[in-house]
Amino acid sequence: MNVIEAAGLGKRYGSTWALRECTLAIPDGHVAALVGPNGAGKTTLLNLAVGLATPTAGTVSVLGGTRPGSPAALDGIAFVAQDAPLHANLSVADTLHLTRNLNRRFDQGYARARLDELGIPLTRKAGKLSGGQQAQLALTLALGRRPRLLVLDEPMASLDPLARHDFMATAMTAMADDGVSVVLSSHVLTELERVADYLVLMSRGSVQVAGEVDDLLASHRVLTGPAAEAGRYAERLAVVHARRGGAQAHLLIRTNASTDPVPPGWEAHPVSLEELALAYLREPGAASLPGPVRAERTEVSP
Amino acid sequence: MTALTLPAQPGHEASPRPVPWRRMAWITWRQHRLAVAGVVAVLGAVSVYLYITGEQLRHQGFISYGAGPVLSITAVLFQAIPPLIGAFVGAPVLARELETGTFRFTWTQGFGRARWTVATLAPLALAVTIAAAAFGLVFSWSYGPQIIGNPVLSPLAATTFDLHEVTLAGWTLVAFAIGSVAGIAIRRVVPAMFATLVAWSGLAVLTGAFLRRHYQAPLVTSNFTLPDGAWIESQRWAQDGHPVSLSAVDQVLQKIGATVAAPGHLGQLPAAGSQSAAGSQSAPAPGPGSVNPAQYLLHHGITQLTTYQPASRLWPFQWIEGGWLLALSLLLMAAAVWLVLRRAA
Repeated sequence: MNVIEAAGLGKRYGSTWALRECTLAIPDGHVAALVGPNGAGKTTLLNLAVGLATPTAGTVSVLGGTRPGSPAALDGIAFVAQDAPLHANLSVADTLHLTRNLNRRFDQGYARARLDELGIPLTRKAGKLSGGQQAQLALTLALGRRPRLLVLDEPMASLDPLARHDFMATAMTAMADDGVSVVLSSHVLTELERVADYLVLMSRGSVQVAGEVDDLLASHRVLTGPAAEAGRYAERLAVVHARRGGAQAHLLIRTNASTDPVPPGWEAHPVSLEELALAYLREPGAASLPGPVRAERTEVSP
Repeated sequence: MTALTLPAQPGHEASPRPVPWRRMAWITWRQHRLAVAGVVAVLGAVSVYLYITGEQLRHQGFISYGAGPVLSITAVLFQAIPPLIGAFVGAPVLARELETGTFRFTWTQGFGRARWTVATLAPLALAVTIAAAAFGLVFSWSYGPQIIGNPVLSPLAATTFDLHEVTLAGWTLVAFAIGSVAGIAIRRVVPAMFATLVAWSGLAVLTGAFLRRHYQAPLVTSNFTLPDGAWIESQRWAQDGHPVSLSAVDQVLQKIGATVAAPGHLGQLPAAGSQSAAGSQSAPAPGPGSVNPAQYLLHHGITQLTTYQPASRLWPFQWIEGGWLLALSLLLMAAAVWLVLRRAA
């Protein structure tokens, strides 16, 4: 089952396309990270998936073919929007009660126990909580609904490092214990590297890379060798991004690491997820998608 | 914290049973109780004032229509009740969710955004309508004796017509509905409040000036003396069934030394020896034995035709206006729900 599936999905605001020709299938059972610079279309894609926006072009379905915004989709997906908007004038207890009333299921006991552990007082107004507490409250409300899919838009943006750690720990626990699929977006990859096992890289309104993190790491290598030869190999290899430092060239290539030979005089190194993401983000023309792959860009950058 | 685990997942269905409507009751009350309490408190306080006034009037034993100006001033103040309710209760309902971004939370819960909108708007609309109707009842009771049978002020005139229970409820409901549409269309609280005030005032002025007189075909009379409380639409002069200009009438009147300032004014022109209060007329005080100008004109075949709505049509007009305001309000609130469904984040 795919928790989010899009085909030719596009969304236009006024005359600007926030998302264009987006084709994507995120399978369930993953913590999927949606990564890309600001304005890449991450929030738009998530809004379309949770039914807050309707597509201008193409289709999107969630939880294995359900229409976003339909009763079944609303019932199964919990969404925490950017900056975790909550009614500032309601107390934490009222907010719990509100969420319970708005949903078919809500685990009050779980939510109260978790807030108690976090030291968030039930009597305090939601607007008076710190940014980290608000994010934790929003996450607690979302998890208390016992969703099948948890969608988090930029959950870490307003959190300090400790709060980020706590926040991710909670999300990961839910994932591990309850089989909740998680899709979360961020413009900073480093904070997701530890937790994400599926990566969707977006830039300029379309999906550039999508795949399981292990597969992506296994299918990419950095080749280091004489800069003079770089141009020759660049034509033959699927170079994502090339970087020259003095006499040395570093080519990040897409390859089958176990079978493809390394050219003589060159060294192959495994890539880190961050290196891989940065390479693609620097080359918006390059793509690595499970489906038909677009033409690789083979030019060597100066 | 990591030790805290979630209980086993319950069954998820393809088409889950919707969350019951009654669950929204607490939420709507919790989120809008201040606004509702404010409306009830203000209207309640003014109702007490109206009750005391009404009691005094009844103990007085007679009705002084000279209270007209006082009545008009307070009545004009009461006209502000519907637009203020529309602006302070109606406009923020959806605008605040959008302005603060909490719609991203509210509209992604299991209840569903269309049902959430209905479950929020309907009870609030009902509450403000009932509050306004109750206030209108007190107003009718308190000011009724001064309005019904008042020879000077027509009960159909814009001053008090829309303050009775039916119309006040209707105008309050439509103000609330306008507010809700403005809120979702404009998405910001303060501009939506202003838009509500402007749109409601425009509708009220147009209705009073152009629409209300057409609820039923007006009556036409050539009598100079109109029934009490008649709501005059127009008056014109006619001679043998043809319209006559004002100057022609003046020419005829000059022979007896009287003039008429404008059409309509002769209707209140003092008949010879009468004690009417219309002292501002330009006709000179008729000396003893002078000719009654009205009769004089009649003698020359000149009649004054008055088109008017009789005061007895107060309640039919109330229900006609209340009816179309209710229909318009339902239409506007349906539009608000539709806009909520269409609203892209």
